[in-house]
Amino acid sequence: MKERIIKWFFTVLAFASLVFLVGIIIVLFKEGMPIFKTVSVQEFLFGKSWYPTFVPAEFGILPLLLASLWVSMGAMLICVPLGVGSALYLNEIASPRQKSLLKPLVEILASIPSIVYGFFGMVILAPFLQDLLHLPIGLCAFTASLVLGIMATPTVCSIAEDALSYVPRAFKEASFAVGANRWQTLVKVTIPAAGSGISTAIILGMSRAIGETMTVLMVAGGAAAIPRSFFDPVRPMTAAIASEMGEAPMGGEHYHALFAIALILFLITFVFNIIAEIASRRYRIKLGLSG
Amino acid sequence: MKKDITQKIGFGFVSLCMFITIFFLFAIIYFISTRGIKVISWEFLTQAPRNAMTQGGVAPAIVGTFYLTLCAILFAFPLGIACAIYLCEYSPKNYVVNLIRVSINNLAGVPSVVFGLFGLTVFVKFFGFGVSILSGSLSLGILILPIIISAAQEALLAVPQSLREASVALGATKWQTIKKIVFPAALPGILTGVILSIGRVAGETAPILFTAAAFYLRGYPKSIFQEVMALPYHIYALMTEGTHPKEQSAIAYGCCLILLFLVLLVSGIAIFIRQRQRSYYHG
Repeated sequence: MKERIIKWFFTVLAFASLVFLVGIIIVLFKEGMPIFKTVSVQEFLFGKSWYPTFVPAEFGILPLLLASLWVSMGAMLICVPLGVGSALYLNEIASPRQKSLLKPLVEILASIPSIVYGFFGMVILAPFLQDLLHLPIGLCAFTASLVLGIMATPTVCSIAEDALSYVPRAFKEASFAVGANRWQTLVKVTIPAAGSGISTAIILGMSRAIGETMTVLMVAGGAAAIPRSFFDPVRPMTAAIASEMGEAPMGGEHYHALFAIALILFLITFVFNIIAEIASRRYRIKLGLSG
Repeated sequence: MKKDITQKIGFGFVSLCMFITIFFLFAIIYFISTRGIKVISWEFLTQAPRNAMTQGGVAPAIVGTFYLTLCAILFAFPLGIACAIYLCEYSPKNYVVNLIRVSINNLAGVPSVVFGLFGLTVFVKFFGFGVSILSGSLSLGILILPIIISAAQEALLAVPQSLREASVALGATKWQTIKKIVFPAALPGILTGVILSIGRVAGETAPILFTAAAFYLRGYPKSIFQEVMALPYHIYALMTEGTHPKEQSAIAYGCCLILLFLVLLVSGIAIFIRQRQRSYYHG
């Protein structure tokens, strides 16, 4: 009897994550949907002007959406080569001693709070880049991409390294046996075998970059206009929510619009996470690991 | 030979990637600490801000971060452990468990600002906790729940199956086995996960923006229903609000150094312990 009660107790608590996830979805829908009484979904998504405090207010999130994509794409250009490259180094070149030192360092890089990255970007990197590249403004999409890229690198690196380490030794040995050198084995055998694991790493890195808030809030510059170049100041979705929520009157149109942005943001990362989930499951099946 | 040259170039590129990654770690630590150390003093650590945030210390923010972190862990720790125990020890292999796993992974990927909005709607407004330590730490607690669950799961799975079987063979029930054998064996691993999540909570800003944080408060919070100053929010506010950018940015450097030091210390310890444990299990 006692055993059964205990089992039920754990079962109920185990549903907490599901409850919170569903709770988040409900909250976002409930608080976000009312804005669509004012503007249509199409106007909201593809409207080119975001003037939430003007009279009449305009709620087109295209500039914010493009800013998020723009900045995350830039970050991917940095964190994919750096993260995957570092993972390959750890997996293929590093001696066990080196590895036992470098892996924790990568994890420490991952544990640095985003506000510290934001601060670093704002006071050190932005002025430096402004001088170096003669930019009109240091706080722009380019700087934000760079900082986000650095932030996402350890995420990509750790997951990709895990994926690489699961590739069975026999695969590599077979490749060496037919005369391939280490690089050929890496490119033609190990990387393809770990392919979906590496894509999981990249997708989760992207998801992290797109959802990152404080860094882009401090570094991206904040202008809610459609970005025309990498050196324009931009206002990604997360930054818009974080900076405007404080001023938006509770229950007003602006307030609901911000929740609707969060809903879009949530859906984007949700899709990314599901894709990553599928990719990693496929990977585990392919290598004969438990599902 | 062509393929040897390709290998040289390839390995060179890969090594460069590794170097750049580590370089950024040291660059961040170097710049923050050399400039931050100038403002750190006993006064800075123990006194409240004065003169419109241009003088004095940041003690209330340090204390606030401590309260928020403590409450978030107190909330997420039991819940996370229970969830991990269910998934590792009780779970029948069916779609319900799969659903729970997927929801944990997805919760881990939700952008941090969304936790802030959730906290604002549910804790601040719906439950009426107001902008308070309680609302903030509950929002933070949900954010770190997936981290605690995965760490605890990893620790539980690392406990050899033979220990469980030996216990059951002696006539122990499932719960007795978990309580007396599995949990104690997994505890170091579980605690490592908790320490890691402390580092994460202490540095999170977006979830407390609308649920707990205040730029300036007189005195220290006396209950969990009060607003609170917190280090990460303080850095943000110093850089974006106020009227004395120069003095404020010096203080922000100091805050950043304290936060960085705390987080690196805490996660450094956890990562170090974890690495030793892993090599222990893998021989």
